[in-house]
Amino acid sequence: MKAYDAIVIGAGHNGLTHAAFLSKAGLRVLVLEKNNYIGGATASLELHKDWRYSNCSYVCSLFRPEIYQALDLGRHGLEVVPLQGSVTFKQDGDYFGSYHQSNLRRREIARHSKRDADASIRFDTDLMKWCRLIRGFLLRTPPDPASFKIRDAMEFAYLLKSFHKLSESQIYEFIRFFTMSIAEYLEQYFENDTVLAHYSGGSIIGTGLGVYSPGTAYVLLHHAMGDVDGNVGSWGFARGGMGSVSASLASSLRAVGGEIRTDAEVVKVSVNRGRATGVILASGEELSARAVISNLDAKRTFLGLLDPNDLPEDVVTRAKHFKIRGSSGKVNIALDGMPEFPALPEGSPLTLGHMHFTDTLERLERAYDDWKDDRWSQDPYVDMVIPTQYDPSMSPPGKHMMSVFVQYCPVEADGGWTDSKRGAFGAAVINQIADYSPNFKDLVLHAEIRTPRELEDEVGLTEGNIFQGELTLDQLMFNRPFPGYAQYRAPIKNMYMCSSSNHPGGGVMGAPGANSAREVLLDFGKSTTIPEDFGDD
Amino acid sequence: MQSPTKQAGPNHVDYKEVLAPTPFLEHLDCYCLTQDWASWNGYKVARVYDTLASEYFAIRSTCGVMDLTPMEKYRVSGPDALLFLNRLVTRDISGLQPNRVTYVVWCNDEGKVLDDGTIFNLDGGHYRLCSQHHQLDWLLISSLGFDVTIEEETHSIAALAIQGPTSYSVLSAAGIKDLDQLKPFGILNISVNGIEYMVSRTGFTGDLGYEIWVDPCHASELWDMIFSLRERGLFDIRPTGLGALEMVRIEAGFILPGEDFNTAETAIRADHDRSPYELGLGWLVNFEKCYFTGKRALVAEVGRPIRRKLVRMCIEGNKVPTDAFLYDRQGGSRIGTIKSCVWSPILKTNVAMADVIYTKGNPPKKIWAEIYYQKELEWRATWAQCHISDKPFWAHRRSSLTPPEKF
Repeated sequence: MKAYDAIVIGAGHNGLTHAAFLSKAGLRVLVLEKNNYIGGATASLELHKDWRYSNCSYVCSLFRPEIYQALDLGRHGLEVVPLQGSVTFKQDGDYFGSYHQSNLRRREIARHSKRDADASIRFDTDLMKWCRLIRGFLLRTPPDPASFKIRDAMEFAYLLKSFHKLSESQIYEFIRFFTMSIAEYLEQYFENDTVLAHYSGGSIIGTGLGVYSPGTAYVLLHHAMGDVDGNVGSWGFARGGMGSVSASLASSLRAVGGEIRTDAEVVKVSVNRGRATGVILASGEELSARAVISNLDAKRTFLGLLDPNDLPEDVVTRAKHFKIRGSSGKVNIALDGMPEFPALPEGSPLTLGHMHFTDTLERLERAYDDWKDDRWSQDPYVDMVIPTQYDPSMSPPGKHMMSVFVQYCPVEADGGWTDSKRGAFGAAVINQIADYSPNFKDLVLHAEIRTPRELEDEVGLTEGNIFQGELTLDQLMFNRPFPGYAQYRAPIKNMYMCSSSNHPGGGVMGAPGANSAREVLLDFGKSTTIPEDFGDD
Repeated sequence: MQSPTKQAGPNHVDYKEVLAPTPFLEHLDCYCLTQDWASWNGYKVARVYDTLASEYFAIRSTCGVMDLTPMEKYRVSGPDALLFLNRLVTRDISGLQPNRVTYVVWCNDEGKVLDDGTIFNLDGGHYRLCSQHHQLDWLLISSLGFDVTIEEETHSIAALAIQGPTSYSVLSAAGIKDLDQLKPFGILNISVNGIEYMVSRTGFTGDLGYEIWVDPCHASELWDMIFSLRERGLFDIRPTGLGALEMVRIEAGFILPGEDFNTAETAIRADHDRSPYELGLGWLVNFEKCYFTGKRALVAEVGRPIRRKLVRMCIEGNKVPTDAFLYDRQGGSRIGTIKSCVWSPILKTNVAMADVIYTKGNPPKKIWAEIYYQKELEWRATWAQCHISDKPFWAHRRSSLTPPEKF
């Protein structure tokens, strides 16, 4: 039997990132994937002939450029093209466009509210302050505030120093920011209903919270702190779909000798006298390694892969209570042509960006109310993009692919999901789009409809939570996934965690994979292959 | 949910028109030989019409005309208009007479400058605030508790700046009477050929000059009134772009928020904003007047030695110190940066605005600039000594003479 230094469970983007950095350091690494394709939630599958979807994640911004550079992903086939602008269609036939051209963007806000046009300057500046602060922590292992180790003390000092750079009033504002709802936060800046609704969308994506729930302001930051080539807050399309992220990572990994096995589901981590020694596959095959790294979420890792008897009681309890509520669905659509949006002027560039149909905070909150009652939103919030306007590789010429992220969709549709309920959920989304695009329904050739049930069963995200754990303050930084376990080491020797359940959390970021690889290499006594943060200043 | 109506909404922003036209655009376009356009507050204005030198010398030796419409303009009215404005700005403007203009800055609660501008007392309880940057949000926030109406009127007022030694003669010849007694910072309301104009003796050039304000529907009449004189070969009137304005405003020692310093509203990093003292505008701060926003912080600040200051500097030699770092000696410690600079054709020296670190409240004894410059694509570096100037580099007697010189 071949001996591995490290076995990574799950070939999602963090598992692949992690494995690539270990391989680069000279370790013999194997990545095991239960599906017959790699990527997890960064996958591009052809479900309808000649069309490829970004089946789960669909846009890219958070992925750390340091990782991109260090793993040479450009040469391994990754291209991230910035997407331009966004639009919210209004029920009265008008729309609010956030143009990629700043002069147009300003005039468009002023069309809805002159005051909001000016307030957006203050808003952008303030948000950038928090982005700047938080970005400095993405490629770092969080300190354990209760530890007296020199490294923790130094890391904690770094954290305090970052805060020290803020003025007194900025510190107050930052603390408020973390605990506020997005509605309350935005109402400090904007007055126009559509503007408020437009800006708040990013704060509920993926979360089991509503626009009036405390903590949603941070989720906005989580969606704004990424960048495309230094343009903080910008999002991009990976050419060929998000599967290109995992494909390029896999190519980079293989180039340094790493191995990937698909159709290889791990059912247990072997533990012997408090040490992880390898894994057991569904086929019964046993593999041994000096280190086992789980890219599964905290619930699956601690309640699935491990035996509770091998774990401290508090970890089992915390894993049971880990907040990982599924709240999102996804509809991917193959289109016979470009849908028309009569509200927009002819040739408008606004279809190039994110499209939304929810024009008030109240409608956003109502959509959340449905979810609380175990119903999918009857009037859902969607984040819709048509990447084939930029990317000719995902559909035949003249045809299009549409990716529709849907908030909210319950884990258990009242009485449990059935295929017909899933169809009804998809129809609610398609009907909403058709309300604004008269030729849309006629163009639909195929649709992949994914509720939290499919996200859990197919991808392996518990409850279908896209972040592998809610992004609330109690589960962020040194609290992610649990206090005392935020440094990527499991409470079992030689066992590590590299998934988005760990700092800095969800999104296609690669940072948990890279940060955890740094810890593994430290324990192996190897010099690090993980790049330092480029730094914003 | 209601079903959305299927027709396009009203008043689209024209996405093909990235830069908005001012009411003068058609006329500007005829003169803009370079087609070198730039954005000023999102409006389409010329950077250079013909050559930078000819436009610079139009302002300094004859008459330069510039489209002023993109300047941010706000109308402040209502019973508390003056009270509100006096609370907003650091200067005491309670004595601002009707038909007079004054230069002001305003701060946030931390005493950091948000913007600078001018306040026009338009008489009848109406005021106009002109600013560099968008201020509606701040004005509305600050107006809480005051009985005032604040309206942004940038696009509702067309304006031209008529600047230079022959500007008085130009306007007189154009039919504007009673200009001889108009003092600097004065306002004259006058009707010419049935059209109402407001003329103010103001400008951003440090020279004799006027600004003329009119309803945008009469913009063409205003333009023709001036440029028909040019057609007749009089007074060497030339349209001037942003490039020439940048030259003359540095010579005149006028600071430009957003270029010479970060405005408080856009400062992301702590310590990247500036107080009036740090901008050399301490003379605009009045602690004797009623409370104004930022006063508490500024009172505390005057008690401490100043840490840095935006200063005017002359730089020896002829190499332009664009973006240069400043040092206490050649190869010494860094003590500042050049913010904006220009070779002054009229003074034959380099003049600049520079952000300089002060020690124990004192300016550096010596300042050296490390200057990078290019000859035939080859970069070279040199050192030049810099000298702080307390006065504007250019302040000609003609700019304040009343009545002005006639040509």
